[in-house]
Amino acid sequence: MIALPAPKPEILARREEILEALRRIVPGDGVIGDATRLKPYETDGLAAYRQVPLAVVLPRTTEEVAAVLRWCNANGVRVVPRGAGTSLSGGALPLADAVVIGLMRMNRILEIDLEDRFAVVEAGVTNIGITKAVEGDGFFYAPDPSSQLACMIGGNVMMNSGGAHCLKYGVTANNLLGVKFVTIEGEVIDIGGAHLDAAGFDWLGLITGSEGQLGLVTEVTVRILRGPEGARAMLAAFKGTEIAGAAVDAIIGSGIIPVALEFMDKPCIHACEAFAHAGYPLDAEAMLIIEVEGSVAEQDDLLNRIKAICERFDPISLKVAESAEQSLAIWKGRKGAFGAVGRISPDYLCMDGTIPTSELPFVLKRIGEMSTQYGLGVANVFHAGDGNLHPLIMFDANDPESFRKAEAFGADILRLCVEVGGCLTGEHGVGVEKRDLMTVQFTARELDQQRAIKTAFDPQWLLNPSKVFPLEGAPVPLAAE
Amino acid sequence: MSATLAPADEAAVAAAVAAAHAAREPLAIEGNGTKRGLLRPVQAARTLSLRNLSGITLYSPAELVLSARAGTPIPEIEAALAEKGQQLIAEPPDTRAIFGTDAPATLGGIVATNLSGPRRITWGSMRDHVLGIRFVNGQGEVLRSGGRVLKNVTGLDLCKLLSGAHGTLGVLTEITLKVLPAGETSATLRVHVPDAAAGVRVLSAGLGSPFGVSGAALVPDAAGGFAACLRLEDFAPSVTYRSARLAEDLAPHGDVAVLDADATRALWREIRDAAPLAAQPGEAIWRVSVRPSAGPAMLAAADALGGRGFLDWGGGLAWLAGPASEAAHGAIAAAAAAAGGTCTLFRAPEALRLSVAVLPDEPAPLAAIGRRVKAALDPAGILNPGRMRAGA
Repeated sequence: MIALPAPKPEILARREEILEALRRIVPGDGVIGDATRLKPYETDGLAAYRQVPLAVVLPRTTEEVAAVLRWCNANGVRVVPRGAGTSLSGGALPLADAVVIGLMRMNRILEIDLEDRFAVVEAGVTNIGITKAVEGDGFFYAPDPSSQLACMIGGNVMMNSGGAHCLKYGVTANNLLGVKFVTIEGEVIDIGGAHLDAAGFDWLGLITGSEGQLGLVTEVTVRILRGPEGARAMLAAFKGTEIAGAAVDAIIGSGIIPVALEFMDKPCIHACEAFAHAGYPLDAEAMLIIEVEGSVAEQDDLLNRIKAICERFDPISLKVAESAEQSLAIWKGRKGAFGAVGRISPDYLCMDGTIPTSELPFVLKRIGEMSTQYGLGVANVFHAGDGNLHPLIMFDANDPESFRKAEAFGADILRLCVEVGGCLTGEHGVGVEKRDLMTVQFTARELDQQRAIKTAFDPQWLLNPSKVFPLEGAPVPLAAE
Repeated sequence: MSATLAPADEAAVAAAVAAAHAAREPLAIEGNGTKRGLLRPVQAARTLSLRNLSGITLYSPAELVLSARAGTPIPEIEAALAEKGQQLIAEPPDTRAIFGTDAPATLGGIVATNLSGPRRITWGSMRDHVLGIRFVNGQGEVLRSGGRVLKNVTGLDLCKLLSGAHGTLGVLTEITLKVLPAGETSATLRVHVPDAAAGVRVLSAGLGSPFGVSGAALVPDAAGGFAACLRLEDFAPSVTYRSARLAEDLAPHGDVAVLDADATRALWREIRDAAPLAAQPGEAIWRVSVRPSAGPAMLAAADALGGRGFLDWGGGLAWLAGPASEAAHGAIAAAAAAAGGTCTLFRAPEALRLSVAVLPDEPAPLAAIGRRVKAALDPAGILNPGRMRAGA
């Protein structure tokens, strides 16, 4: 288990005073202090970790957020920002002596401008909510994390969320124009706007993916894009992971950038097929789902090119969707992958390293060996175009030894990702989960440099402490003394 | 001319910066010095040039990544990419004509200034494609951020912070970029329009179409109006199909001409390099970023000064030229601010660059954070002092 700092007793002792102060700032039912109502906030998408917070506050306006932060800063109270609580890395995990600031009540769409192709929304608007608001006019918001029905744009900004289609459209950072940023001092700063590339330091780029370490975001201006005429998928199954990897290289090398290029290994194919009956080939060692966009004729042209490339790699099966319905059927298994694994194992950990795509066969072979060594099953889904690997490690949460092994297995996989030239996290964030592995990827000086930048924003280290940076080396003591 | 240090490798760069830090001696940081005329002149007795840190260190076309040392000339990178049918996504401008320099820009210079060309409107800016950096901070420490993979959210994103920081936060020594295949062919649809507002409507129609427009610019034409230009880059069957469909959609806006691949390449190279501006020696040049529909107001602001301009990025990037005076700069900066946008004094005589804010001022709380971030990376303030703002 990853250690959380011991709460500061002097803060715990002031609980009633803190609740009272928060209630003065956010009137009505926006402050939660009783145990039953605090319980739902004790965890996020990393459910193995739980901690009931000191209090939860649910502001409705930027001014309330600013006032809460100003008060917490003046009183030395830690703050944990929260959107929908879907973080897979424990980014919204509370601390016993922290106030959780939940942004879910800030859920208004403020402006949509189709002529200039942007939307201004509050942080608590769901990712899918943005697309829903503009799809009637043929537009969409591009980043599509698999939690997009629930996750909120404010959380997407803080974690720089990706999705299955980011090979073509980029991640959150590439689709933002501006944010309303609130500092720990309670200053409200408009960064960027409805235009591209604001002059001066790239604050927008630094804040995106900062996991709540630098400040909070209450409003977001995103680019919206006109959708393509259509999209269609194909499935290609191969006898070996090396062969599938070589096919991916050949597709990209031919100049085609599919809008999605997903890879599944054999355990994953089997789990998904048992769950979704999508018609996946059970004798394949690896399978690709490849999606292209355009008019029907353009889709045909691209799919034929890709099919011809795949045929050079002795495929077990090639299935090109003839219709949107067949496309959905191909995707059905992949989209249900996490649920499918959840059905064959009581619990699983979803890892999120990125590797150079050329290292895929080696990495999958090593993960297979580790799976035997730890005695835990693993299924791999992989955004093959961009190297983002999601091993799903199966374990039993009721068995502490099984959980300990799963965490150790996951850490070994992430060390391997770094060893082959990749990184600890492609889209889920460091959070609590990967905090203590940061020393694998960064030198002590590199971490200190990042910490110094956090300190420039948050001198007392009150913003989401104990996440991202290993506790040892923090310039401000994080544990009780 | 100040004394120039041109270290041979990263370790020597680090040693030079460490020595300067210890002595509290400011350094002007540059590659080939092609953009010395950009923003404010740096006040430093010595220049640190990265020009000898040159060469591509990794190119993996199937993984869409390229790494090169900071001093690598852009044409060398473009040639290596072209050999594999790939290209720099953000299409950075060649500023040699603007600044009257001979040597080619370097990768480090393009990233440090975050200069992006026409393809930025659809495919992102230079900094959007910086996957990893190695850099030397103001204390002479060699540090890394990011890496060589396309998706990476590990730790604070210093790649983005340093891209566009004009060498004031660190000295870039090596950069890894995402690259993409170049379209098999291209075409441009050109519509003559009487005025800029009508032109931006054409650009918006193109960018709001499902046809993947990769360039949208409005340039003055011989008939006294403007040519609204929309570029398509893709496989040949797609370009043929999309040109025809887009031409149908644009027909209500005016007569549509279709330019072939050769003419398209030539036209967009000119737009990329701001050639339609036809800036005269001694004139100031501004680069203004606003929401696209505010582009025409920026042209009007230049017009009122006896200057001129053209629009890229669907109308949202105004390249403007006009008299190099404080009054003219004030008028352009005010017009940009009124439209909620941002203005950069891109070129001007040294006296003007020293006397005005070449970038918009930041709100006080953000400026204070900026000073603390600068101190975190460059505590002695030796890297490019005064480059972006007076006294910083």
